Amino acid sequence: MSDDVRSPQVADARPARVAVTDAAAELLVRLRDKHGELMFHQSGGCCDGSSPMCYPDGDFITGDADVHLGDLTIGSDGAAFTVPVWMSRNQFEYWKHTHLTIDVVPGRGAGFSVEAPEGVRFLIRSRLFTDDEAELLRD
Amino acid sequence: MTVYAAPGTEGAVVTFRPRYDHWIGGEYVPPANGQYFENPSPVNGRTFTEVARGDADDIDRALDAAHGAAPAWGRTSVTERAIILNKIADRMEEHLEELAVAETWENGKPVRETLNADMPLAIDHFRYFAGAIRAQEGSISEIDGDTIAYHFHEPLGVVGQIIPWNFPILMAVWKLAPALAAGNAVVLKPAEQTPTSILYLMELIADLLPPGVVNVVNGFGAEAGKPLASSHRIRKIAFTGETTTGRLIMQYASQNIIPVTLELGGKSPNIFFSDVAAAKDEFYDKALEGFTMFALNQGEVCTCPSRALIQADIYESFLADAVVRTEAVKQGNPLDTDTMIGAQASNDQLEKILSYFDIGKAEGAKVLTGGYRAEMEGDLAGGYYVTPTIFEGKNSMRIFQEEIFGPVVAVTEFGDFDDAIKVANDTLYGLGAGVWTRSGADAYRAGRAIEAGRVWTNCYHAYPAAAAFGGYKGSGVGRENHKMMLDHYQQTKNLLVSYAQGAQGFF
Repeated sequence: MSDDVRSPQVADARPARVAVTDAAAELLVRLRDKHGELMFHQSGGCCDGSSPMCYPDGDFITGDADVHLGDLTIGSDGAAFTVPVWMSRNQFEYWKHTHLTIDVVPGRGAGFSVEAPEGVRFLIRSRLFTDDEAELLRD
Repeated sequence: MTVYAAPGTEGAVVTFRPRYDHWIGGEYVPPANGQYFENPSPVNGRTFTEVARGDADDIDRALDAAHGAAPAWGRTSVTERAIILNKIADRMEEHLEELAVAETWENGKPVRETLNADMPLAIDHFRYFAGAIRAQEGSISEIDGDTIAYHFHEPLGVVGQIIPWNFPILMAVWKLAPALAAGNAVVLKPAEQTPTSILYLMELIADLLPPGVVNVVNGFGAEAGKPLASSHRIRKIAFTGETTTGRLIMQYASQNIIPVTLELGGKSPNIFFSDVAAAKDEFYDKALEGFTMFALNQGEVCTCPSRALIQADIYESFLADAVVRTEAVKQGNPLDTDTMIGAQASNDQLEKILSYFDIGKAEGAKVLTGGYRAEMEGDLAGGYYVTPTIFEGKNSMRIFQEEIFGPVVAVTEFGDFDDAIKVANDTLYGLGAGVWTRSGADAYRAGRAIEAGRVWTNCYHAYPAAAAFGGYKGSGVGRENHKMMLDHYQQTKNLLVSYAQGAQGFF
């Protein structure tokens, strides 16, 4: 998996908190054609909790209760677009020491995430930030 | 021991239709867009039927049927409604075995659970609300000698219900029984992983309910769930699932100013105080079973006791015994009555659990048993099986904080009572908890100190009607499984009546 993961380009030296696999990026291109601009909100709780939910951008209202983890840059050159990734602030407190990669697997997630009708499900893969990354992420 | 034949094979007690349409107005109605999706059984990963893929047009037709039925249904006497609910219960009881096998094939859970828990509980739930609605009374307040406030219960009208996949029939019944008892008409959307067994039930009870009182539209959340949850034609929405969708449903509800009930899961602590091991007796054995309850329903329960907190002085010995007990859990064919743990409900669920094995290990948690996918052979190859898994670690680790929804427990130790409560409450959720002790005083103090809606005390995973179920904190809003649920499905009508003859005196 590590070979085909793209991390978003960031302007400063802080490491990105989120990345996306090639397979998930390709799916996002197709979903954007259907649904327009997209967003992720990382879920918690039962059933399909712990899954990243993908919505038409703005369909899910974010606010002070959320943290903007970053923007995924999908595609390149003129065709590039970004997909913001959000998580509840209180959940972030328990997740912030881990780097998240959005992947996709065959399956059938519930919830209102837009990829489910395609017979696939976005899935979070996680790794711990290295000590160096953790240092750079410290506010 | 009994091994049920797979549905549709020789000797099977259940045969599914090759295709299922929506259930609207008391009959099957093809989807407006003509589309269907495949429904695989988690038992073997193979498709056993196809199901209508609903969208906003189908939701509208279901809402039309519900609105057509709601006024007359809402005017039926509570006696009539109670009789119907009891008849539904009787019909389910007559077909208990079929429903249990259908549910097992749909969800992957062992048939001993559907035979002995899911279906009996669902049947009892209808009977409980048949009784509750008969016994419900309005109230009067005597404001003064000539002024009386009368309070009547009235149905909301048409309500929406979105059902999870972990107990497809039981969770539908938890929502349907109070809604129907209270006189509402329902549009229900099952989970896309488990769209069929509820239709099997609807067919069985079709002659008992007036057409349009219950309507079932299947499909994906984005295509069918969203138009239902955001419709201005429902007077309430009930949802069981996860937090992001829960928030989204609240957002839609806010646009229509309708109430919601939400059950959004948990990360339930199961606390074992040291006196549990004061003797190696029947109670100790019960406590070990209580620990192992994390594997019930493959861990796909909102209240899965997925964090075990064991007091330090018995930690090593109790945990060693718990590992032995866990390794005795028999995994196998869900249709075999000896099987204790079946298949996870879907492939993505399996993948998610495996991803938590990775992060658990990366964070330094130690695997004491399990930790891998169970590869099954023969007829079960291709099914989604996970070996019951015990992790040992710290409460700050993500496997202690996130609902994995698999047969996975994360274990840690605590020093004293205060430490136990601190760790137990260090979570975003507050749905369930377990307390195990021989001391009634400790049990009471712990139960009151834990921020959760249900604290099982010297038991776990019992779900009798009449015991209120619902969450604190991020676990949701509202209660199920109790007569107070009727309030969630009723308006209060107040008639403020003056029997005085004189003017009020303002003008």
